[in-house]
Amino acid sequence: MSAGLQIRGLSKSFGGLAVAREINFDLAPGDRKALIGPNGAGKSTFANLLTGALTPSAGEIRLDGRDIGRLGEAARVKAGIAKTFQITTLFQDLTVRENILLPVLERRGAALRMFRRADADAQANAEVEALMAQFKLNPFAEVRVGDLAYGQQRLVEMTVALALKPRILILDEPAAGVPTGENHLITDAIAALPADLSVLIIEHDMALVFKVARAIVVLVAGAILVEGAPREIAANPRVRDLYLGSRHG
Amino acid sequence: MSLIPRDRRLRDLAILLGMALVLTAAFYAFPDNLAFATRVIIMMIFVLSLDFVLGVAGVSTLGHSALFGAGAYAAGLCAAHGWNEPLLGVVAGAAAAAFVALLSGLFLMRTRGLTLLMLTIAVTEVLGELANKFSDITGGADGLDIVMGPILGVFKFDFRGQVGYVYAACMLLLVFAFLRILIASPFGLAARGIKESPARMRAIGAPVYWRLVAIYTLGGALAGIAGALSAQSTSLVSPAVFDFQLSANALIMLILGGAGRLYGALFGTLVFMSVHEVAASVDPFNWLFIIGALLLAVVYVAPAGLLSLPDLVKRQLRFSR
Repeated sequence: MSAGLQIRGLSKSFGGLAVAREINFDLAPGDRKALIGPNGAGKSTFANLLTGALTPSAGEIRLDGRDIGRLGEAARVKAGIAKTFQITTLFQDLTVRENILLPVLERRGAALRMFRRADADAQANAEVEALMAQFKLNPFAEVRVGDLAYGQQRLVEMTVALALKPRILILDEPAAGVPTGENHLITDAIAALPADLSVLIIEHDMALVFKVARAIVVLVAGAILVEGAPREIAANPRVRDLYLGSRHG
Repeated sequence: MSLIPRDRRLRDLAILLGMALVLTAAFYAFPDNLAFATRVIIMMIFVLSLDFVLGVAGVSTLGHSALFGAGAYAAGLCAAHGWNEPLLGVVAGAAAAAFVALLSGLFLMRTRGLTLLMLTIAVTEVLGELANKFSDITGGADGLDIVMGPILGVFKFDFRGQVGYVYAACMLLLVFAFLRILIASPFGLAARGIKESPARMRAIGAPVYWRLVAIYTLGGALAGIAGALSAQSTSLVSPAVFDFQLSANALIMLILGGAGRLYGALFGTLVFMSVHEVAASVDPFNWLFIIGALLLAVVYVAPAGLLSLPDLVKRQLRFSR
C-alpha cells in the first residue's frame, strides 16, 4: 500500500463534454505540487473531483490505498482532504476565532453539542490559539472576517483548512485577488506548512508557483500534458507554446 | 461602569432576570389586558422559533404555521381525550411539531430559495386541508373545543387570565434560555456557519443537509410549544392555526425587530402586536396600512431591524463629530 494520494484514469464528463480525461496523478506525503493550465483546462474540476464536490464518471481516487472516489464531501474531509477556495467563502459575519473554531469542533466531533458554550472547550481553544499564532492572526482574533484585508482573509482561509488537520491540502488559487504587495503573506504561509503535509497548489501566478512548487503538472483540455520539476516545465517548448508563452522564455 | 456583567454566563443570567422583571411588571401594570399579553408572549415564542430557523440558520420559510398548527392540534387532541394537564399538552405539541418538521424537513431541506419557500407554504396548506378533511378527529372547520385541567394538578386557569399569563411567561423564559444556550453552543455556531456559507460548511466536513434537518426539527418543536400554548390559552383549535397569514405575520415581526439575535424576535413581536392592537381599535379596516407603513420605514431606515437603531444612531453621531 503506497502512502499519499493516487489517482488512476480519473475522468469526468458533463453529457458529451469531457472536462477530465484519464488523469493519472500522485501526491506523496510532503509533496509540493502545482497544477497549472490555461483557463478552462479543468483545474478546478480536478480539485472538485478530489474533494467530492463532483462525482467522477470513471477512474479511482485512493488515499493511502483506500478507495475514496465514491465518498461525499464531508467524508473526504474526514478522510484527510481539505481545500481552500478560489473565491473566499469564509463566514464573513463570524470572527476570525469563530471561523477557525468551527472546523476544529467539526474535526473533533464536538459540533453536535448543544448545552456547552462553543468557546468553553479548552482543548479546542488551545488549538485555535496555536493556529492563529502560526499565521500571525492573533491580533485579529475578535475581528469580523468581513472586516479583514483580503490578504488576511486568504490566510484565514488557509488556517481554516489546516484546522481540519488534513493530509492532503488543495490550495485553489491562494493568491487570487491578493494585492502584489501582500503576496509574501501567502508564500510565507505556504513555506510554513507542516513538512509531511501534501500540498497541491492550483495557481495562475507563475512567480508564486515557481517559488513554492517542487513539481508542476500541466493540465490542458482536461488531460495532463506534462509533469516535471519547475525548471523542466519552464524549458518545455510545448508548455511554453501552449501556456506560458514566449514572455517566459 | 456598565450594569451588564462581562462574564457571559452572568450576563445571560442578568438578561433572564431582567426579562422576568419586565414580565412581572407587565403582569401588575396591565391586570385587565392579561389575555392580550398572553397572546403576545405566545407569539414571541413562535417568532423566537422562527428566528432560530431563519435568522440564525438561514432557512427561508413561509410555512412556519404548519409547525405551530401541529403543536396546537396535538395539545388540543390530548386535552379532548382526557389528557388535559397543560404541561403534558405542551410536551405533546412539541413532539408532534418536531415530528412534522422532521418528516417535512427530510425533503424541504434538500431545496433552497424560492423552491423552499413554495414548498413550506405547500406543507402548511396540506396540513390545513387534512385538519379540515378528518373532521371526526379534528372537528373539521369548527375545530376542537377543549377544557384544560390545572397545571401540575394545582394551578387552575382563571377568568382574568392570571395563571395563563404566568404559565406562558415561564414558558417564554424557558424557551429563551434554551435558545441562548443553543446558539452559543457548537451546534448553534454551526447553524450560524450554515447561514453564512453552506459551501464552506461542507468543505469543513459538516453534513449540512442533516444539520439543517436537525435545526428545522428543533425549531419545529419550539413552534409546537407556541401552538400548544395558544390552544390551551384560547381553549380552541381550528384550521385557522395553519393560516398563511400567521407565518407571514411572524416573518414581519422578525424583520421588524431584527433577525438572528433573539431580542429582535421579542421586540418585533411586541411592537407589531401592540401597533396592531391599537391600530385595529382605531380603524378596524385599515390597520394593515399602519403596519405596512411601519415595516416600510424600518426596512428603509434600519434594514437590520428596530434593535439595530441604537447602533445606527451611534454610528451617525460618530460620523457627525
